Amino acid sequence: MELVKTGMAGTVESGDILVEIEKQNASGVDIQLDSTVMGLYGRRIREVIQETVDSCGVTGIRVTASDKGALDCTIRARVKTALLRACDSQDYGWAVK
Amino acid sequence: MKNAIGHELDQQMLARLGLEAHLEPERKDTATLQQRLQKNGKLMSTLEEAIKAAGLKDGMTISFHHHFRDGDYVLNNVVAAISKMGYKDITVASSSLSNAHAPLVQYIQDGTVTSLQSSGCRGKLADAISKREVALKQPVIFRSHGGRAAAIANGTLHIDIAFLGVASCDPLGNASGTNTEGESMCGSLGYARVDARYADKVVLLTEKLAPYPNLPASIPATDVDYVVQVDAIGDSSKISSGATRYTKNPRDLLIAETAAKAIMASGYFQDHFSIQTGSGGAALAVTRFIEGEMAEKGITADFALGGITSQIVKLHEQGLVKKVLDVQGFDGEAARSIRDNPAHCEIDGNQYANPFNEGSAIHQLDVVILSALEIDTQFNVNVLTGSDGIIRGAIGGHPDTAACAALTVIVSPLIRGRIPCVVDQVGCLITEGSVCDVLVTDVGVAVNPNRPEVEQRLKAAGLTVKTIQQLRDEAYAVVGKPDSLAFGQEVVAVVTDPKGKALDVIYNVKI
Repeated sequence: MELVKTGMAGTVESGDILVEIEKQNASGVDIQLDSTVMGLYGRRIREVIQETVDSCGVTGIRVTASDKGALDCTIRARVKTALLRACDSQDYGWAVK
Repeated sequence: MKNAIGHELDQQMLARLGLEAHLEPERKDTATLQQRLQKNGKLMSTLEEAIKAAGLKDGMTISFHHHFRDGDYVLNNVVAAISKMGYKDITVASSSLSNAHAPLVQYIQDGTVTSLQSSGCRGKLADAISKREVALKQPVIFRSHGGRAAAIANGTLHIDIAFLGVASCDPLGNASGTNTEGESMCGSLGYARVDARYADKVVLLTEKLAPYPNLPASIPATDVDYVVQVDAIGDSSKISSGATRYTKNPRDLLIAETAAKAIMASGYFQDHFSIQTGSGGAALAVTRFIEGEMAEKGITADFALGGITSQIVKLHEQGLVKKVLDVQGFDGEAARSIRDNPAHCEIDGNQYANPFNEGSAIHQLDVVILSALEIDTQFNVNVLTGSDGIIRGAIGGHPDTAACAALTVIVSPLIRGRIPCVVDQVGCLITEGSVCDVLVTDVGVAVNPNRPEVEQRLKAAGLTVKTIQQLRDEAYAVVGKPDSLAFGQEVVAVVTDPKGKALDVIYNVKI
């Protein structure tokens, strides 16, 4: 997958996370996180974002996330959607294999 | 020496008795009542004049009540005046502090206020304390409502001057929270009455002077030194907000309904029982679900206690609760009822919850329903600090009532957003697990292992009883196991138990 624009997904509602993904020159994944549950779950949220990005095989991106207490499943969904949108892809992989 | 009719008043005898001789004949004031009211020595024309007359000095302790909750104007206005007059190093000992008191930040920064004592703290002020953005000269002392009343009565908390906002007051200080209409009617002045009785000087602030005698009075003129009329003391429409709201949240209602079932099965739901519902949507809503059963089975409560809501008033007016003991009104209905219903009785903080006196009402409690920000697997409860470690609540009467009620029911959702409410260990110890009997959540009930008989009864009634460890596991299964919070090294507050012993400390949060 190749990023062609900035991709966004999510909202700033309670229980959700707003994720913005864009290309950056440096390699790796730069995660800028702001969370209402930073103390308890900041480490875990970063971990989930990193894992999700890695599972899509993407690198050289910046992820800016504003979290309002989203669960791991929500975080995964928002990150994946933001990535697909950034890549202008609709390959959601929803079909049952 | 001889008295007016020639009898000898022996000086040595008088000295032994600790008496002085009456020498000057009395001269009385022959002005009319109305003339005397005009020129009485208590009525001050401005707040500044009252502050001076009361003899405020640097380093003194001043007190306030929180009957207006988020609608309070008195504390901010008095502290602003004191700051303007140049006083420093003042201790503010309010019965509680709310979102309304953010301006205190500025008066701590300018050195007017250097210490705080309270039941709780919220909003920007609490944030500033937890983050050490303000430099108090000592940690905040947090006390329960009963603990504060006892500390004032036994001198541990000495109040130099109490500044108390009252809905109505005559020029001599007979004051009430209800003898009026409109925005300043707060209902019971239960916490303020303790300050009025024990403070060295008492200044009352009121919006509208009532004609003498303003009786029945919550605070008698004999406890009052100065009276001052001010533009506004508070907005009573903000009393029923936040923790005292009337909930329509379906999860709160589910918890309340389950708690009602637990109470009805507990063995304590009997004719002549007594009950208190603490603040928080679900806790206050429990009465709505026991009402029908009470009417059907002919069970009436001898009294309901505490912060009083429209929901308790309704039961009282239906004849299901014989007496209402009201230390604090949680809404306008409570204020109206205390004025109109003779068996709706105002009680002060000591009558409510003094831990040392068996005559205080908490000692006669069968059932109390209390909220929790978090509860741990030892049943310890935190109602003061948030999941981020920042102060954001109030002890209130939580540990007072929990320690005395025959059945203490804690109500809490399993999770709030991503925050687990049933945890391995609470962030701040407010009420010990040894006195918390039943936890009711939206996914089941847990009973303290030290109450096996209650557990048996709840199971027999068909309630979903789990261990508290199971509930914690269910919470963690949804939100994940939380990391430990990182705190700083500075103690920003000390939590005392109802009897005044230090129970826990709160550290600053790392920003």
